Amino acid sequence: MATEIRTPGTLPPLPPYVPPGGPRRPPRRRRTGESLSTWRYGDRVAFALCWACGLALCLIAAAIVVYLGVRGVQYLTFTLLTTHPEAGLDQAKTGGFLDPIVGTVLLTVIGIAIATPIAVGTAVWIVEYGRPSAFARAVESGIEIVAGTPDIVIAIFGLALFQQHLFAPLSLTADGGAVFGRSFMTAGAMMSLIALPMVFGTTREGLQAVPAHVREASYGLGKTRIATIRRVLLPSVRSNISTGMALGMGRICGDTAVVIVLLGATLRLESEGSIPGFNALKGTGSTLTSYVYNNSPAGEGNAPQKAYAAAFVLLLIVVALNLAVDVIARRGSQTGLQNGRLGA
Amino acid sequence: MITLDTDDDRGTGAAVRLAQDHPAAGPTLPPPVRRIALDRPPTVASPAPVGTGPGAAAAARHVRSGERGPERMRLEGLSVFYDTNEAVRAVDLSIRQGEVLALIGPSGCGKTTLLRTLNRLTELTATARRAGRVVLDDVDIDELEVTTLRRRVAMVFQQPNPFPMSIFDNVAYALREQSRKRPGRAVVQPYVEEALRRAGLWDEVKDDLDRPALRLSGGQQQRLCIARAIATRPEVLLMDEPCSALDPRSTEVIESLIGELRAELAIVIVTHNLQQAHRVGDHVAFMYLGDLVEYGAAEQVFGAPRAERTRDYVGGAFG
Amino acid sequence: MLERLRAPWSDRRAERVLGALASLVLLVIALMIVFVAVKAWPTLRNNHLIGWLGFGGDVDAQISDQVNGVGRGGDQFAINAGPLIYATVLTTAVAVVVGLAFALFSAIFIVEFAPPRLRRVIVPVVRLLAAVPSVIYGLIGILVLAPFVNDHLLPDGRKRSVEYVVQLSGTSLLVATLVLTVMITPIMIAIITDALYSVPKSWTEGAVALGVNRWRATWTVSVRAARPAIIAAAVLATARALGEGIMLSMVSGGRGFSPNPLDGLSFLFEPLRPLAATIVENVESLNAPAIRSSVYAFALLLLLSSFALSVGGYIAKQPMKKYGIRV
Repeated sequence: MATEIRTPGTLPPLPPYVPPGGPRRPPRRRRTGESLSTWRYGDRVAFALCWACGLALCLIAAAIVVYLGVRGVQYLTFTLLTTHPEAGLDQAKTGGFLDPIVGTVLLTVIGIAIATPIAVGTAVWIVEYGRPSAFARAVESGIEIVAGTPDIVIAIFGLALFQQHLFAPLSLTADGGAVFGRSFMTAGAMMSLIALPMVFGTTREGLQAVPAHVREASYGLGKTRIATIRRVLLPSVRSNISTGMALGMGRICGDTAVVIVLLGATLRLESEGSIPGFNALKGTGSTLTSYVYNNSPAGEGNAPQKAYAAAFVLLLIVVALNLAVDVIARRGSQTGLQNGRLGA
Repeated sequence: MITLDTDDDRGTGAAVRLAQDHPAAGPTLPPPVRRIALDRPPTVASPAPVGTGPGAAAAARHVRSGERGPERMRLEGLSVFYDTNEAVRAVDLSIRQGEVLALIGPSGCGKTTLLRTLNRLTELTATARRAGRVVLDDVDIDELEVTTLRRRVAMVFQQPNPFPMSIFDNVAYALREQSRKRPGRAVVQPYVEEALRRAGLWDEVKDDLDRPALRLSGGQQQRLCIARAIATRPEVLLMDEPCSALDPRSTEVIESLIGELRAELAIVIVTHNLQQAHRVGDHVAFMYLGDLVEYGAAEQVFGAPRAERTRDYVGGAFG
Repeated sequence: MLERLRAPWSDRRAERVLGALASLVLLVIALMIVFVAVKAWPTLRNNHLIGWLGFGGDVDAQISDQVNGVGRGGDQFAINAGPLIYATVLTTAVAVVVGLAFALFSAIFIVEFAPPRLRRVIVPVVRLLAAVPSVIYGLIGILVLAPFVNDHLLPDGRKRSVEYVVQLSGTSLLVATLVLTVMITPIMIAIITDALYSVPKSWTEGAVALGVNRWRATWTVSVRAARPAIIAAAVLATARALGEGIMLSMVSGGRGFSPNPLDGLSFLFEPLRPLAATIVENVESLNAPAIRSSVYAFALLLLLSSFALSVGGYIAKQPMKKYGIRV
């Protein structure tokens, strides 16, 4: 017997229309959850410990942030931000920290400018080429070693390295022929070594996360490997590179050891030599971190007020860089690769 | 409307020639839906003669003795809301020991939500709210301690999820973690062995119980999850599409396992696969967009469904 | 020639250029190890290893002798760095053990028990604290904690009783270890929290569905699966604690003294000076050959220990691969 066949597309009717403002909400009911009395004794102790640690964490974090904020606002004035440091008898009243701020910015820019191309190039080489593989593993282990090295060790290595005559143009040369070895260039070079592992790490992660079909599509169109890297892969890991750069910049801003050893510890930016622009790089100066260190009871000056103000400015810079990392990471996940598809 | 010839003489009920057999039919028409005879159980290909073939063992066990076991759980007017979206509407159901209740229905119709409500797993979702009553052995489950409830109503998930431990530790997990003092290995060993035997996995793993559980195959992992769930002798076993991620051979093993387990447990199984529901289920509940449309014995729901929507679903008009 | 630069690069040339960059990185790292070892060689040659690492003699006096160029020949390199190594090990071990326990329970709190609103606030704050420069922690230590300990916790009587041996003051073992713990814990919390969040939900749901209470389910499943991350966090924090020179030079008291646990409560208030802090404080006098070689020897020791640390961490993670935990 022939029966009617309904072609797909004619579905049974939808359920009745629910008027707006009228959907039923169920009443709130008291429900027996988990009661702690059924837990083992050790579990209850651990539960209490978790809560104690959590609350202690909140308290300590709040204390640090609030204290620094209060002291910073208390001591930070506009003049401090815009006047040059001055050596004076009463440290608490003279001068500001404009030069250290400039120093921080300059050093960060130099450091990240050197680190980024090298780190990105190395990451690309390791992920895309990586032959011979023993060499690639050696490079990766080496970068991990640098990541774990104390910054003071990197600082004195820089000192030993840049006091060689080969690097005389990078810093002041004393009359006796001894290379001073301390300048923005040398400090910037060592800072790049500090920032290198961060940029390398995030770029490598980003490149490894690009799915194979993206590369295959590009090769299938006849592009060479380097063209694929330049035109397809690097744009897609832009946000990873930016995240790495922001992390590296944060680390550079916060580093004190390299500054103390390699930046010459002059309060103001002292230029050296005659080439305009380059002489500032060849000269010495200070950054916010060394300024804080020097103005604390551990250093020479004894101006805790200025130390607090400078610490507050430093903290704001670090917060801004952290926020930048979050924003870049979020935007990157929206406009970059999403579930293996390039696109907005 | 397209009418096609049928061929009742061959007794297959599936003797329809599809559009793909006739390229001249043109690309504009969608392939027609197979017609099925309403008085026969739905099958994909011609059903094997009774007593032979892979499904025969399951079909043989499908014979029921008639009297229904004691009622284990009862749903009274259960509704589940995700914010204001009503996922399950006023469902009344009875779950009895000794039989398998199969929940069928298209995607998104609320069957998984209903299943997860039975062991209060919906409470893990922040936006979920319940109305109505669910009763386990005459006690409202809201009044039971949640961990006690979940020991009596166990669950097996769609993707096998053995823990990253050895096979022995997986099956012994619930036994060890639920007790006040952690029992030693010798105490737990007989229970583990019994659970693995009931799950049909003992012979395959008895040589090395300390092997990592994640090295087992998919079907073995799912049987391990079943063993883990029944190790504490629950009263009700909930299964959320347990075979959907498995190959047909493992599916068959697990279906025969369900047939054996239902004697001591009440089993509720959610499945997408109508044929599986027919093979395994004693009673079938069909849900559509949150409503319980039809509930009855398997032969009746598949053979002579009362509601039109059931007839359409079972007939493959949508799914 | 400009055209040659603008022409598309060949793969071979690109590979060589990029390979050269990678070699440059490796070269610099190798140079670092070589330079430090070479500069440290005089000390290592002139001191028995056991003597150099051990105690005996006032290390402060030895250092000032070296700075002033006292002694001739091999004698000028003599130094017993035992107190410094002991100080490093003591502060690092206590900070890492206490910090790891605290970080683990805090991370479990954040992931499991914290109210959602609190969770949204505390996670970014923890990440911020992990990025705060160490000099700021040192500032708080030396301007707030040390005076507090000095004025309120350290009774005058105790101070006077040991005046002839050592000056007890706020900058001490207690403050140094406390600030070091607070400094290394946030990064551990961040790593462990991320690891707990990335445990597959099927495992945690499966554990809860078996009727196990929330704490037990988290501890036996999530924490177990996150063990490699816990080890990684511990290694990272230890490396940071070992190398922390600036902050410790500010708050640890600046004397090469070995705090003696048998002193009772005074133990907490005794000054000390870990290796990295010693390097920081002697960085101006690097022209004198003896002190220069000692300082580089300390740097070599730190370098070797951070290398041993990462190898140890790698080895510790291997057995966990067996059960399918992602390492």
